[in-house]
Amino acid sequence: MKKSTITNYATYGGVIIAFVVLYILNNFGMLGPVLSGQLVPICAYVVMALSLNLTVGVLGELSLGHAGFMSVGAFAGATANIALAASIPNTGVRLAVVLVIATICAAIAGVLIGIPVLRLRGDYLAIVTLAFGEIIKSIINNLYIGMDAKGLHFAFLNAENLKMDGGKMILKGSQGITIMPTSTFVAGFVLVMITLVIIFNLVGSRSGRAIMALRDNRIAAESVGINVTKYKMMAFVTSAALAGAAGALYAQGMFVLDPKKFNYDTSILILVFVVLGGLGRMWGSIIAAAALTVLPELLREVRDYRMLAYAIVLILVMLVTNNPTIKNFVQAIAEKFKGKKVETKGAGQQ
Amino acid sequence: MSFLETLINGISLGSVYAIIALGYTMVYGIAKMLNFAHGDVIMVGGFACFFMTSSSALDLHPALGVLVAVVVCTALGILIERMAYKPLRQAPSLAVLITAIGVSYFLQNGMLLLLMKALKRSQKVSFPKLFGDKSFNFGEITISVTTIVTIAACVVIMLALTWFTSRTKMGKAMRACSEDKAAAQLMGINVNTTISVTFAIGSALAAIAGVLMCTAYPNLEPTTGAMPGIKAFTAAVFGGIGSIPGALLGGVLLGVIEIVAKSSPLDALADAIVFAVLIIVLLVKPTGLLGKKIREKV
Repeated sequence: MKKSTITNYATYGGVIIAFVVLYILNNFGMLGPVLSGQLVPICAYVVMALSLNLTVGVLGELSLGHAGFMSVGAFAGATANIALAASIPNTGVRLAVVLVIATICAAIAGVLIGIPVLRLRGDYLAIVTLAFGEIIKSIINNLYIGMDAKGLHFAFLNAENLKMDGGKMILKGSQGITIMPTSTFVAGFVLVMITLVIIFNLVGSRSGRAIMALRDNRIAAESVGINVTKYKMMAFVTSAALAGAAGALYAQGMFVLDPKKFNYDTSILILVFVVLGGLGRMWGSIIAAAALTVLPELLREVRDYRMLAYAIVLILVMLVTNNPTIKNFVQAIAEKFKGKKVETKGAGQQ
Repeated sequence: MSFLETLINGISLGSVYAIIALGYTMVYGIAKMLNFAHGDVIMVGGFACFFMTSSSALDLHPALGVLVAVVVCTALGILIERMAYKPLRQAPSLAVLITAIGVSYFLQNGMLLLLMKALKRSQKVSFPKLFGDKSFNFGEITISVTTIVTIAACVVIMLALTWFTSRTKMGKAMRACSEDKAAAQLMGINVNTTISVTFAIGSALAAIAGVLMCTAYPNLEPTTGAMPGIKAFTAAVFGGIGSIPGALLGGVLLGVIEIVAKSSPLDALADAIVFAVLIIVLLVKPTGLLGKKIREKV
């Protein structure tokens, strides 16, 4: 078997084992209220990190606006959930339908944003993704959606523009959406597994190799006949669609959904997961996303200092994994203990 | 409010963005890194000046307050560069970016703790009107002293920086380093010192920008620097990152667009409009308004 195939199966296996263990612990009430409340957000952040890793690690383009796609998915999903509440009473089926709708909406947003964004390079591309993320936040912050007998109504800037007769408001601009949580840990696990299957199959396919060729050397890839726009869009839109699904999952786990939640800080947070986990390493993203979502919760004891501790951990990890002097030092110690050469951990292949 | 007055307010806000953007652009030009902690250095500058001028024990003259802010931020800039960025000189740019984000979190939360624990103050303070409340009338329009000082400061800083980079030895070394670090080193330029000086200048500018911004918009809290930081970064890219006149142009344009959008019926979407303009500019001119076109070699 190829090494990458083994890694893929190990990743699937690891996720399944983690799920079973957490599921059993949770059912026996051994996780505590804080941690068990974090299970759905962890799944959502894991999917976010995996999808961003597709853009940053596999496609090699820095995106600073990934939370924008999460936001599109979250609000499309929450709206769909409320709108479909009467027609699909079964919450499980409804959640599945909602996730599909959110994925499609985010994919459309991905296409619309990808067309201009992917023409740019490097830091310019990064700043434009940041700009699009902020634009999406700003638009949703001023969007009003209502529903009456005639169907859905959309309006901008204020609620009077909706022109509804009766009915009820769904999205109230900056006040966001109030929903009943329907996401479960099982649904989150299924979504993580589906995401892994999609990403591993994409990366392992002919298209995936074309995408990685573009990352490693665009000009060389172009000169052997790889269609730059097609493959860049393929990776970018897949990434956006998965982020939409993650957003919908996250949204269905909350009671109140605030548009300002999906801002630049959230995009950065997810980028941190990806870089700490290692670019292009999917299992790394999963571990980093889960660990860093739980870490602030575990640090509740030292509540006031937790964000400071988080910042210091972040800086130290980057210094340890990237500084040549410290890296060699750590490696030398590790070799002494294990008696063999250890692979360099952490970020940095670009 | 007349259109001219709106325009002048826009230029004033734009001047602040321009001063911050200068810091971004200089650091980017020489170290090729996006210093995401730059916005938080602004916040530290604001607080340094606030404590010097408004606490009961120290009631210094505003000018001294500004001076202290500049000194504190310069020291902070050099310290950050030495501790966090220098060990990563050879590292991939993403690693440096994440470190900068870490430094940004560190500054924000460090300041929050300092305020809450050590000083037992609320985390939000109201910045004093350093330059008084006076305003001048020119016929129809009224301009406050703060606005005039802000615009004047921006012009002076621009001229000084242009002189510094084109005439002095250190300025020339900076330009050489941003062209080609290895070649500059071979010519006997101390690259590390040059980068440190760049950080020091950028941080000193951030302190001035912080004081000016807080005088115009008096709400000061540990997260104050984040949004102007992003906007100034946008301004730097807008004008063409790495270019000093570009930072001025980008900053002023961004400020004017923002204030004009805020006084229009679409005020709730002001931020979206600013970013939309940026996207359009980058699509037409992919390296910003005054950016150099880089030719790719195979």
